[in-house]
Amino acid sequence: MQKRCTQMFLNKRKAAYFYAAFFLLFTMVIGISIGTISVPILSVIKILTSYLGPDSLVNNVDPMHVNIVQNIRLPRVLLAGLVGASLSIAGAAFQGLLRNPLADPYTLGVSSGASVGAVITLFFQFSIPILGGLTLPFMSVLFSFMTIIFVVFFAKKMDPAMRVETIILTGIIIGSFLSAFISLMIALTGNELRQIIGWLLGSVSMRGWEYIRIFLPFFLVGTGLLLSQGKELNALAFGEERAQHLGIHVQRRKMIILLAGSMLTGAAVAVSGTIGFVGLVIPHFVRILVGPDHRHLMGVSLFVGSGFMILADLLARTIITPTELPIGVITALVGAPVFAGLLLRRRKRG
Amino acid sequence: MLDIRNLFFQYETKKILQDISFKVKKGEMVGILGPNGSGKTTLMKVISGILTPQKGQVHIKDKPINDYKTKELAKVVAVLSQHVNESFSYTVREIVSLGRYAHQSGLFQSRSARDEEMVNQVMQQTGVLTFQDKSIHELSGGEKQRVYLAQALAQEPEIILLDEPTNHLDLSFQKDLLDNLREWSKKRDLTIICIFHDLNLAGLYCDRLLLLHDGKVEVDAAPSVVLQENRVKKIYQTDIKRTFHPIRPAPQMALVPRKIERHKREVDPSAITITSERVEVRVPVPLYTLSSGVVGAGMGWYKGFVNRHVDKTYRCEDYREDMEEYLLRNGFIPSETVGMMTAVYTEDATFQFIKREGFSVLLVVTAGVGNAVDAAHSSEHSSFLHPGTINIWIFVNGKISEQAFLQSVITATEAKAAVLRDRKIKDQETGTIATGTSTDSILVAATQEGNYLEFAGTITSLGKCVAEGVYNCITEALDKRERRLSQE
Repeated sequence: MQKRCTQMFLNKRKAAYFYAAFFLLFTMVIGISIGTISVPILSVIKILTSYLGPDSLVNNVDPMHVNIVQNIRLPRVLLAGLVGASLSIAGAAFQGLLRNPLADPYTLGVSSGASVGAVITLFFQFSIPILGGLTLPFMSVLFSFMTIIFVVFFAKKMDPAMRVETIILTGIIIGSFLSAFISLMIALTGNELRQIIGWLLGSVSMRGWEYIRIFLPFFLVGTGLLLSQGKELNALAFGEERAQHLGIHVQRRKMIILLAGSMLTGAAVAVSGTIGFVGLVIPHFVRILVGPDHRHLMGVSLFVGSGFMILADLLARTIITPTELPIGVITALVGAPVFAGLLLRRRKRG
Repeated sequence: MLDIRNLFFQYETKKILQDISFKVKKGEMVGILGPNGSGKTTLMKVISGILTPQKGQVHIKDKPINDYKTKELAKVVAVLSQHVNESFSYTVREIVSLGRYAHQSGLFQSRSARDEEMVNQVMQQTGVLTFQDKSIHELSGGEKQRVYLAQALAQEPEIILLDEPTNHLDLSFQKDLLDNLREWSKKRDLTIICIFHDLNLAGLYCDRLLLLHDGKVEVDAAPSVVLQENRVKKIYQTDIKRTFHPIRPAPQMALVPRKIERHKREVDPSAITITSERVEVRVPVPLYTLSSGVVGAGMGWYKGFVNRHVDKTYRCEDYREDMEEYLLRNGFIPSETVGMMTAVYTEDATFQFIKREGFSVLLVVTAGVGNAVDAAHSSEHSSFLHPGTINIWIFVNGKISEQAFLQSVITATEAKAAVLRDRKIKDQETGTIATGTSTDSILVAATQEGNYLEFAGTITSLGKCVAEGVYNCITEALDKRERRLSQE
């Protein structure tokens, strides 16, 4: 009976990985296929597999479709997926580290920092010569890093042990301050208002491969670091003292998780704006599927988060064509009711 | 195993630990006691490496604690803390497996067969194996505590630190936990350092106690030395009375509640009722009583005192149960009553109330000498249990010491022997002067209020009352008996 129970749980976990991966593939294919010009699913699959194998597969596909897929849809879907994955894994890690299921990647004010960088760029309409069009993401990442360094520095000044309560408090203080700063710039702005608001609500449209190239290193380093801290996060979830008693170098691990999570969040905000609810809802949902073990929670969240974001982007650009909605609106519209449902469900069970 | 030298610790400006030094040997079970704010928990945190002292050193296995890496330390010291954050519903097995963290290495930190075996073993030992797949949130306080204990044991530590582990636990869990800990400390040389709130549990289970007071070690010694009445009173600022465990040789501390003002109550002859069936004394407030009897023998607090008349031929398999039924039938609560039996006519009972400066004594006696025995030749008698024939009750309106209880018994017995000697009552079988009868009973009860009477030897004021009263009452009772017998 015992054995079977464990077995079932293990199988459930394997199944979760399988379904999550399938979900991601499925959303990728339909995300690429559907749009103002529809690309047949078969062609999508052919074009995608051509990246892996022989180019010959693409030969009998409409060149316009190939062009749309390769230059517009694929980078867009990939970016949405990467952003969704980053926010979800960072959310899962922060919830564990801060021992608070209601934490999300924005709790520490990183997103406000990234936004300030972007809004400054939009407000002053400047560009750094070598970077050109990439000035905005560059400024955004730069500011997000400055923010997290400032949060950590300030928290350490306040409390040398850097307890999570202090970190959360510092994050909220700095986040509020930066938000006020953004509001100030919005108030002062004239023509660029729509641009700024549009960016703040989040979007992955018209980013192209360059953005993916900027984003990918942060993504790889960030997710790699977080995935290697699964066990430590499990222990940290029981409190820092408990974790130290179990043999975890709390200060070092905390710093790694904070920096990796912030790196992912900052980079995600930099390329796509502040997209809410993904980092909060996805880990919650996945926790129901695979349990609270962070090794699997973060792994499955990667797939589910990216699939969810691709789907949200698909909705954002198709629901009232030709107008594109900000993706943040969609994630919030979908995410909030889902989250409420999850909470209700938990209450019923509890 | 553990060596702590001149430890100083302070938060900001508040000094918590001041010059603490002590050593713990391998396999020892040491209890840390002290009132709230005495620095117990801080000391624990210093020993477990959470806090770094401003001055002084903690050596574990002859190595300064600072030289240990966090992981290394976790292989030697495990901690069972009071509060654990449980934000997420981990399963029991997942929680226990975390205990193996320090033993795993490498990038993927995969579980070895040894880890798996260890986890199963400790779950078995702590009895959590049966609910290993349950979520921690589904468990009761006692079960959770066992899960965290299993986690600590999975670390395979040499020292376990516990902070009030019996908090929130049912009696049976408290006992199980401490029994297990002590067994492990003895069998596997596990060193245990445990903070206790409950002095009595600490005294029962620990090899040694460390009493902290204002961040200093007040005393570090065996429980019987540490738990002195005056010291505990002083440090905990409360009224306690030292007593002892009835089964184990351990000191116990009994709290003494503040006394509620009430009317002064005295036991006087009005409390006595004499009928042909029994002699009874009822008092409204329990008396501290030492007695030999059928029910309520030994020491205790009792409100009812019954000397029941039974026929000479009374035989009952379970005379105790019979007596309890008898008491219930007659409106006594057996647990609050001392019950004796006698074959003597209870109407012949005599009593005397003696008042002295500051205290008074009431004596009640039933006496018959049908089976008088000379104690010097008692070996010549068969040991057959007859209902008692000389029953002496001594009620003292005063506060008397335990030794006064015993001395009262001695004094009363001597007075009894004197009566038999003076009346030349003989042991029928040996022909010598008897010292008593074969089944005499005695009872000494005191209100434990008013003047303190420490001694009750024959020439003390209490002893004189007892001797005089007992002598007179027995004499009078025997006179009455003889009169009755001659009339029949």
